[in-house]
Amino acid sequence: MRVRERLSLVEEHILNSMPPLLEVRDLTTRFFTQDGVVYAVNGISFELNEGETLGVVGESGCGKSVSVLSIMKLIPTPPGKVTAGEALFNGRDLLKMNDEEIRSVRGAQIAMIFQDPMTSLNPVLTIGRQITEALETHLGMSSEQAKERAIELLRMVGIPEAANRINDYPHQFSGGMRQRAMIAMALSCTPQILIADEPTTALDVTIQAQIIDLVKRLKEKMGMAVIWITHDLGVVAGLADKVMVMYAGFIVERAPVEDLYSDPRHPYTKGLLGSLPRLDEVEHRRLTSIEGLPPDLLELPDHCPFAPRCPYAYDRCWKENPPLEFVEPGHEIACWVDVRTGRPRYEH
Amino acid sequence: MSTEVKTSPVTQKTDGREDNVLVRVVNLKKYFPIMRGIIFQRQVGAVKAVDGISFDIKRGETLGLVGESGCGKSTTGRTILQLYRPTEGAVYFKGENLVELKGEALRRKRRDMQMIFQDPYASLNPRMTVGSIIAEPLEIHGIATGKAAKERVQELLQLVGLNPYFANRYPHEFSGGQRQRIGVARALASNPSFIVCDEPISALDVSIQAQVVNLLEDLQDQFGLTYLFIAHDLSMVRHISDRVAVMYLGKIVELATRNEVYENPWHPYTQALLSAVPVPDPRVERRRQRILLQGDLPSPANPPKGCHFNTRCPVAFDICYEVDPELREVTPDHWVACHRVA
Repeated sequence: MRVRERLSLVEEHILNSMPPLLEVRDLTTRFFTQDGVVYAVNGISFELNEGETLGVVGESGCGKSVSVLSIMKLIPTPPGKVTAGEALFNGRDLLKMNDEEIRSVRGAQIAMIFQDPMTSLNPVLTIGRQITEALETHLGMSSEQAKERAIELLRMVGIPEAANRINDYPHQFSGGMRQRAMIAMALSCTPQILIADEPTTALDVTIQAQIIDLVKRLKEKMGMAVIWITHDLGVVAGLADKVMVMYAGFIVERAPVEDLYSDPRHPYTKGLLGSLPRLDEVEHRRLTSIEGLPPDLLELPDHCPFAPRCPYAYDRCWKENPPLEFVEPGHEIACWVDVRTGRPRYEH
Repeated sequence: MSTEVKTSPVTQKTDGREDNVLVRVVNLKKYFPIMRGIIFQRQVGAVKAVDGISFDIKRGETLGLVGESGCGKSTTGRTILQLYRPTEGAVYFKGENLVELKGEALRRKRRDMQMIFQDPYASLNPRMTVGSIIAEPLEIHGIATGKAAKERVQELLQLVGLNPYFANRYPHEFSGGQRQRIGVARALASNPSFIVCDEPISALDVSIQAQVVNLLEDLQDQFGLTYLFIAHDLSMVRHISDRVAVMYLGKIVELATRNEVYENPWHPYTQALLSAVPVPDPRVERRRQRILLQGDLPSPANPPKGCHFNTRCPVAFDICYEVDPELREVTPDHWVACHRVA
């Protein structure tokens, strides 16, 4: 066990010698509300390599969106505040940038698409204008150049009759088309990172499949890295290289996509996978539900945040919050228990 | 294929009292008028939300109704319960045509058929305590009042896995999953035999969805309930249903037992829909071939001529643009509405 952990550290070290595109360290975000402090993100660290797709999975309120919004300095302040951590992008800390600097990164080098394309588009501007705006500001294109490029982008994301549709307003587009337009906008400046925050949650499955296919193709073509945030373990399975599972503002498990699904090591991940019905389920089986409710983030637990719902919890789980540790090369969990045996990972 | 081709999954002459059928829907239509004008309103068109559908729901079974948003699945559920009065067609419930009932007679029937709504935040009155929410159907239908009602409420709360002492609390004090349990308790209060579950879990977190689905299954076993389970989550529908009906733009395009629909889908829409659902297994995902549909759902106010699916269908040919295909039985109990299959 110990040797294995040491080995994986070496492996990590070799990987680290090529600097990651984005390196987030100890990111901590709090919201100071009337009801008290909300511990939304609690010191998470992750890396994103060039051309990699990272899936971030968790339920509502687990901090998955807040962590990327923090990196992009899009947390409404007050009440929110990034209280600690750094986010190195091409060697520069995004969190230390002033408004002007971060604005030149946002949209140009790191682009985002959001869940609800209706609220993220400006209803009184044409689709075309919203795309050309970014091209003119970030790339200094003339309005003719920008318009041509906008038509090209809309065509690339599969909007029929792009040259005419460019003069449409968002309400004239369907949900799927709006999301395509959002993607066109996000990709307009060929970003190095695309952050997708539940972009398909509001869409029907057939449209979701179109959007996922589109992002996959564009990623190949443009060689960008993608952070895909979702609550849907199914979506991530076909998309991500690496997945991290979040719970109560902590990363509880991180692994290459195959390992996470075939060999989940955190009780929460295991529970989530067990509670999902499968499309290929022939025999009816009872779903294993995770009892209880996700924690209220108004206090930072001094024990494992999942302990109250965990079937394996023992006394140590109620005393110490487990750190994220390697259990296998590339596979990390924050848990005191080995779910394969149900016994503690460390015997005293 | 059977030699005698039936053209509807129900034999239209009977009221369904035979064959253990609890709910029989015959050629149900619900059109919503599109009006123009301010004082003198005139009808300029109609949204054909449900456009002539027929099916049976047997006693004790769960019929899953799936489709994308705007396909008319929720309208179907509401029209069956007469929350919307249908434009045309009949709904036989225990042999009685609900469409012909009104007033007190219909109200008395409602006791036996209930509904669980999608949004647990909007479907509970925030000014009422949980106890009075659940007791309301008891009082309306004269089942129990006073102390008896109180006891029944506590019993119901316990049944759905909530603490009986919660009766004095208000809905805002509960999480989404707990609220949905309150909605289930309210639906069960009048001892119904039939419950329409309209997307009961889609507003809930993944780990909570399984809790509510398990609860629904347990209650079905315990009370022999019959469900119409409306959802867009195809994996969950497969999990909970005995038979599945797939809807597209106001029509049923395929109807069969759950494994038939999922293992041997005949309709190109069902095939595309199933291939679009992501499976939480990277090894399966890598091998899968997706059938990507082009474009979006057409407006139900102006559906295409012929087969409604012809604008997105990868295998449409001449006749599909002219004639609307009928639902036919292609193998025993497997019904498909497609010219390619006939």
